[in-house]
Amino acid sequence: MTDARAQTLLWMAQRASAAVLGFCVLVHLATMIYAVRGGLTAVEILARTRGSIAWFAFYTLFVLAIVVHVPIGLRAVLGEWLGWRGPARDWLLAAFAGIIWTAGMRAVLGVFG
Amino acid sequence: MKVSVKRSSGFQGFEVPRHPSQTVLDVVTYIQRVLDPTLAYRFACRVGMCGSCAMTVNGRARWTCRTHVDSVLGKNSEMVIAPLRNLPVIRDLVTDMREFFDKWAKAKGSFQGRRTRREDFALISSEDKNRKEIDRGIECIGCAVCYSSCDVVAWNPDYLGPAALNRAWTLVKDERESGNAERLRAVAGDAGCHSCHTHMSCTEHCPKQISPTSAIAGLKRETALSLFDRNS
Repeated sequence: MTDARAQTLLWMAQRASAAVLGFCVLVHLATMIYAVRGGLTAVEILARTRGSIAWFAFYTLFVLAIVVHVPIGLRAVLGEWLGWRGPARDWLLAAFAGIIWTAGMRAVLGVFG
Repeated sequence: MKVSVKRSSGFQGFEVPRHPSQTVLDVVTYIQRVLDPTLAYRFACRVGMCGSCAMTVNGRARWTCRTHVDSVLGKNSEMVIAPLRNLPVIRDLVTDMREFFDKWAKAKGSFQGRRTRREDFALISSEDKNRKEIDRGIECIGCAVCYSSCDVVAWNPDYLGPAALNRAWTLVKDERESGNAERLRAVAGDAGCHSCHTHMSCTEHCPKQISPTSAIAGLKRETALSLFDRNS
């Protein structure tokens, strides 16, 4: 894949994941504001999320959007602030994406199962 | 007034008399002609047409010929004059513009028509949507104020910069152009339009009120669309 094509695809992925994140953050915040009205308890949270396919799908989408968005943004930060470009940077970011995915899904499964 | 000028050896202070309607270029010229003939600076037209006198005045890139001293200097404050940022300095206030213009070539900034001299002129209405888009960016005179103001150029020396990308955009919108597939490939990539963070310093500082930011946004859209075009 040429650099131009790869960069264009990364840019599109960054914008698309930003749009998904915008939606997810709004839903997440609205739910939080609604949920804390009568005080916040673990029991209440788990009652809402445990076994709920809809919340599982929503938070999986949230984690996926973060996994796409954050490493692409960090890629620019590393390139521009530290002058670090090249394949090693991309391998490190791929590993970082794996860590975010694992940690994120661990949390999602924790409140679903 | 007190004027501090960036020389190759460091900042040097001068005392320059103030006059009504005095421009920053008048100040630099006074220093060079009266106080220190070794000061190197560049200018040509003095009326905002050539774009050669741009410098950093009190931290901001400007055309010195079209900047009144009154507009940058408050009462009793000092004026600081330095060369443009993001370009190698040849001497004192003179920068080497080669890199800046080489990037126009890298962004495929020259017109490549498809008609021959035996064919008729292309008839394009001044009301044409693409032609209006070109009008918004075509008045660039290559002064490098935008390039000097751009943080992305400072962070990534390979970045093509606002002026070269704006030029590429005026050609992408030109229906007589034949080289746009190649041009869109040239302006994408790590050094191209996708590195722009939309800080809009170029648009804020352009003395011609051009918006390279809009041009770059257009290039981002076109490069994305070109991925789905089998012919490109």
